[in-house]
Amino acid sequence: MSRNALLINYQYCSGCHSCEFACRNHLGLSKEQWGIKLTEVEPFEVEPGVWNWDYVPVPTKLCDQCLERVQAGEKPSCVKHCQSFCMEYGPVADMAARAEELGDKTALFIL
Amino acid sequence: MQIPEGEYRVGTDDDYYVRTNVWSAPGCHGAACGAILHVKDGKLVDIEGDESNPITNGRLCIKCLGIPEYQYHPDRILYPMKRDPKDRGKNTWERITWDEAYDLIEENYYKVREKSGTNNAVLTLGGTGREATMFYPVISFADFRSANVAAPISGDSCYGPRCMIASYMFGTGYPEVDSGMFFNKKYDDPRFERSEYMIIWGSNPLVSNPAGYFGHQIIDMMKMGTKIIVVDPQITWLGSRAEYVLQLRPGTDAALALGMLNVIINEDLYDHDFVEKWCYGFDELSERVSEYPVERVEEITQVPAELIRKAARAYATADGTGRNCSIFMGVAMEMQVDCVSDIQAVLSLIAICGNLDVPGGNVVGPRASFTGAWRYEQIKWVSEEDKKGRIGEEREPIERNALSNVQSDAILPELELPDDERTVRMIWFNSCNALVCMPAEPQRWIEACKKMDFNVVQDLFLTPTAMALCDLFLPVATFPEHDGIVQIHYGRHTPYLGAEVKALDYGETKSDLQVTFELGKRLNPEAWAQFETIEDFMDDQIAPTGLTFDELRHEGILSFDGWNYKKYETGEMRADGQVGFDTITGMVELYSMHFEQWCGEPLPKHEPSPFSEEANPEMAAKYPIILTTGGRKWTQFHSEWHQVESMRQIDPWPVLTINPETAAEYGLSEKDWAEVYNDTGKARLKVHVSTVIKPGMVHATHGWWFPEQDGEAPNYFGAFKSNINTLLPNDSIGRMYKGAPYKSNLCNIRRVRSLDED
Repeated sequence: MSRNALLINYQYCSGCHSCEFACRNHLGLSKEQWGIKLTEVEPFEVEPGVWNWDYVPVPTKLCDQCLERVQAGEKPSCVKHCQSFCMEYGPVADMAARAEELGDKTALFIL
Repeated sequence: MQIPEGEYRVGTDDDYYVRTNVWSAPGCHGAACGAILHVKDGKLVDIEGDESNPITNGRLCIKCLGIPEYQYHPDRILYPMKRDPKDRGKNTWERITWDEAYDLIEENYYKVREKSGTNNAVLTLGGTGREATMFYPVISFADFRSANVAAPISGDSCYGPRCMIASYMFGTGYPEVDSGMFFNKKYDDPRFERSEYMIIWGSNPLVSNPAGYFGHQIIDMMKMGTKIIVVDPQITWLGSRAEYVLQLRPGTDAALALGMLNVIINEDLYDHDFVEKWCYGFDELSERVSEYPVERVEEITQVPAELIRKAARAYATADGTGRNCSIFMGVAMEMQVDCVSDIQAVLSLIAICGNLDVPGGNVVGPRASFTGAWRYEQIKWVSEEDKKGRIGEEREPIERNALSNVQSDAILPELELPDDERTVRMIWFNSCNALVCMPAEPQRWIEACKKMDFNVVQDLFLTPTAMALCDLFLPVATFPEHDGIVQIHYGRHTPYLGAEVKALDYGETKSDLQVTFELGKRLNPEAWAQFETIEDFMDDQIAPTGLTFDELRHEGILSFDGWNYKKYETGEMRADGQVGFDTITGMVELYSMHFEQWCGEPLPKHEPSPFSEEANPEMAAKYPIILTTGGRKWTQFHSEWHQVESMRQIDPWPVLTINPETAAEYGLSEKDWAEVYNDTGKARLKVHVSTVIKPGMVHATHGWWFPEQDGEAPNYFGAFKSNINTLLPNDSIGRMYKGAPYKSNLCNIRRVRSLDED
């Protein structure tokens, strides 16, 4: 069976935490657990006037790929609620092709 | 989950889904975000985005996604409560019925009115953002028939001044960035074009989602190719994605805008055709900007001259692409004494570059204004004598103030008057946690408000303001608990009209509209005679759309497709249908005769903050660090959400952002506690060391109190421990009484052991 991947085009991830909350609502998690967790590369100046500041949400062991939702034809909850629409979900090969198309600052998590 | 078109509720009696468009409570600016609420056995169990909503397309921020936790928080107040005024500061609240609450209001209203001899004995104070902003003026004007009403922020420094200035310069509502919002197909409408550059000026709109504009639309447009220019003293995340970042010194925005105007006019980059046909006062503006050569502006703002030139050229020419450019302005513009000037200068940039009401520029809404205008028209219920007798009348003749509010800085001295000289004897706090948020010098407000005979608060939790000052608590309904109408940009500039749909009952909470209506039925029934129910009222308000509220509820959200660009050419800008702008000259008034008459200054100019090295070297020697405040967090809406665990997990404490160099100078490290202080006040915050801020200045978050702490006097949930507004003296404001230096104060810092220990 082919595996799926979560694509993050983190050029546009603003760090809004919506994926974390949407996931917790879906999985009914406690405050100690995460199905996806935002990570941050804190801001630093690369050269005068040019800054690097990145957020990347990382799926955890608790991610169930929103199987029920996906089987019902819906998006995973994190993907649907992402305020930047910078997350995508699908078969690894499709996501890899999509990542190549999107280019810089794109990450794939194989699920 | 999708709700079929034409329906708003699906499921069974005890397990169903409701589609709504969100405003408040909790506080938000009303962007009509689309949500689907899942109710099971009478309880809100989940919330999801609504993919059919044209603004958010299924997206939601954490304040919507966190609503079940907020709604069912054990500290939430669900019933009206009263307390003996002698017990203010004690937790001796007693549950009562709504009828008893209204009786108590009525009894006290007649008492204070008799004592003062005027309806102005009641002062209504409104919080920001929430639906309450539609109704607190009405409580004052139509229910109490009092002229004393305000959002008590120093210098009235919220969205109001820009609306007022746009109203006089353009004769329109404040023009927002074009996001295709006036077309049903939005970005896909062939008339829409993206901005080539968007200047994000004094705002962090992804986080603050301000004024009804769904912030992440900016990301949508960046993906289409829009380039970003950020003007901000701090590097924001958007700054890390920007072509240019103009990291200016706080409180110098007017100088920067004048410098950009200087470049654009001297390099002949402005839109000659638009200026000749539609602008009044261009020569005078040109003369004024000649006082702001970029080298001088560099000295004032600390932004390199070459960067100012590059940004100005980019905005004016759109790199020769033939597209237009837009400017997104935040309340940082209002939160400085240059408020009138910086807004005037930025609106002048928009106008002379031909970026007004064009695709990808700053666009103006239809003339409809729904409840937005109606609320202020209710001043008709106030007598001429009471209008003249309102607080600060000498500052604000009614025709000058687009909001009809009293000038905020005049309130505190009135409240501090001895009992026999004072008019105000009762305060109605409508979603307003004034001790923690908004007013300057809250340490004076608490003492002044304690002098009142009777105080009422409408809120969702026992706030420090409720605990310290109020005698009656009226519980407010959350957005899943009431029906309403979402009017983006408060009506004057409304691209969408959404139905907020009640999904369930919880406790005995009531919406702002319902309380305004029921109180009015008792105190001034004439004002409400034509309406039997609040639904009648809403039907009447949206009548211009041809829909009833029930029809709107089924429809979900309306957009207005009969909208055109360049309405100054079609006659749609003016009430009389003539071409041009709805101003005295019929043109854009770069030179304002109104402003000249009111304050002797028709044009923008830079004046330093009263708390700056230039204006007050003595103070700067004692307090050498520039203090700027009010940057937003994902997890809060001003003073709200602190009791919600998921939010505190992300932002547990108030934060002081400081450059590593300055931190080292003061012996501060990451996560240390620091006290920020000056002669006026002090506040403790947790240190965050970062290069996003320049040396010699700090940023402090606002609106902090600690619901987990003792709420009784004298602690009041720690309301004065981290209260950054205590450092700002009341009435240190800009011309025309607009703008206060929340963004450009001075302070010193010292390391302390904790929030409580030295």
